[in-house]
Amino acid sequence: MSVRALLHAPASARRGEVVEIRALIAHPMETGHRRDSEGRLLPRDLVRTLEARFDGELVFAAELHAAVAANPYLAFHLRLPASGLLTVRWAGDRGFAHAESVRIEAT
Amino acid sequence: MKLPGALAAALALIASLAQAEPRRSGFDDMSPAVQALQRDDTQNPAMLWVADGQRRFAADCATCHDAGAMRGVAARYPAFDGAAGRVINLAGRVNACRERHLKRPRWAPGSDELLAMETYLGHLSRGLPIAPPADARLAPARELGARLWRQRLGQLDLSCAQCHDAHAGRRLGGSLIPQGHPTAYPIYRLEWQGVGSLQRRLRGCQVGVRAEPWDWDSDELLALEAFLMQRAAGMALETPGVRP
Amino acid sequence: MNATTTRRSLLLAGAGALLVVRPAAATPEAMRAAIGRFAGGATPRDGRVQLTIAELVENGNTVPVEVTVDAPVDQVRRIALVTEHNPSPEVAVFTLGPLAGRAAVATRMRLATSGGVVALAQLADGSVWQQRVDVLVTLAACVEG
Repeated sequence: MSVRALLHAPASARRGEVVEIRALIAHPMETGHRRDSEGRLLPRDLVRTLEARFDGELVFAAELHAAVAANPYLAFHLRLPASGLLTVRWAGDRGFAHAESVRIEAT
Repeated sequence: MKLPGALAAALALIASLAQAEPRRSGFDDMSPAVQALQRDDTQNPAMLWVADGQRRFAADCATCHDAGAMRGVAARYPAFDGAAGRVINLAGRVNACRERHLKRPRWAPGSDELLAMETYLGHLSRGLPIAPPADARLAPARELGARLWRQRLGQLDLSCAQCHDAHAGRRLGGSLIPQGHPTAYPIYRLEWQGVGSLQRRLRGCQVGVRAEPWDWDSDELLALEAFLMQRAAGMALETPGVRP
Repeated sequence: MNATTTRRSLLLAGAGALLVVRPAAATPEAMRAAIGRFAGGATPRDGRVQLTIAELVENGNTVPVEVTVDAPVDQVRRIALVTEHNPSPEVAVFTLGPLAGRAAVATRMRLATSGGVVALAQLADGSVWQQRVDVLVTLAACVEG
């Protein structure tokens, strides 16, 4: 099944304005403490990092642990320097990797 | 304008009855924090399933169906499927379409693919009143559903009606007992950490009273769905809901 | 979360419920150690950090939380969230980059049981600030097992 992620950002804002970014990704964030109905430990499977860059420059980064809720949600803010591409990358256990991008125009 | 006393009293009574809608959605019983999760599409985790359903609809269904024309469809299910001769819910309708028209295998109950489609279609009807079809063929199922609603089940020997009619609004442990209207399905349930259908919730309730849950898409579960949607007729659809 | 599920399995013992072995739970000491690691030698001071979280939570699986720091955004290096009674104390550590717009972050966390949640902020001058909120997690009564 394809990875599902949603990245919310305004389509445009004034140069220098602070805008809110919301990133949501489908992932069970399996803690490694739960057991299945047979009593077997479900292995830990987490999204470990999120990194948001705007035209390559770092906006925000997060190191996530098992106490982050399933389908991790993060909201943070960008000071828009110019028109450009916001890219959010998630990475985690078992080679999990996903990226979403959205273009923001500076008016 | 001064009205005769009896007429004025009668009008006041009618007005008060109209205003006193005794039915409450589970939304009304939730904490503000969880209500906020449902209200905001940029925060509602179920929107991941809606987005997935939207992609699948565009890929598989758009050759025959216009997305805009699908508004109102979810509000009219369960319906009676003449071809199969039984009650069919929305997920069943999606699967029937897949089988008959796309010649593709049915999606399993509770599968992400089926939930994505059901959540997307439900979302397209968000805000519309639940509108069970005025189809006489649904009457036997609704009557069966009404009987099952009142039937004691499980080791705890409880019927749905005992909690959700007689004791709705009271507390069981720390939790408020909701009336159990299916206004928001499929829901993102915090307990599941994912999205699930009304049938999943009903089966979960059965396990909760220590009863053996009815099979997916059994006559009993479909009858209960038909009864519940009739009981909630006119209430606004909230799909996709968030619940604790 | 696990501690909550363990309580449920005790309630439902003998009814074929999912049995959960309780992992070693974090202690206030473990949380203090995690805070020490984040603070890197600085002693955290109360203040300048605003932790917004419900004080009564219906379900500990998904608890919305927001942290804002009363300092210019370019002075805030990192923000962290830790808890007292989860299996591990760390929730997340956030780094603000050069293009960060506000010293603020929102996410959703898991709380195994009632207890303290602490938000911390590390400033450019090395100082560390914190705020603690005590959260009550109620146990859902109608559990599916």
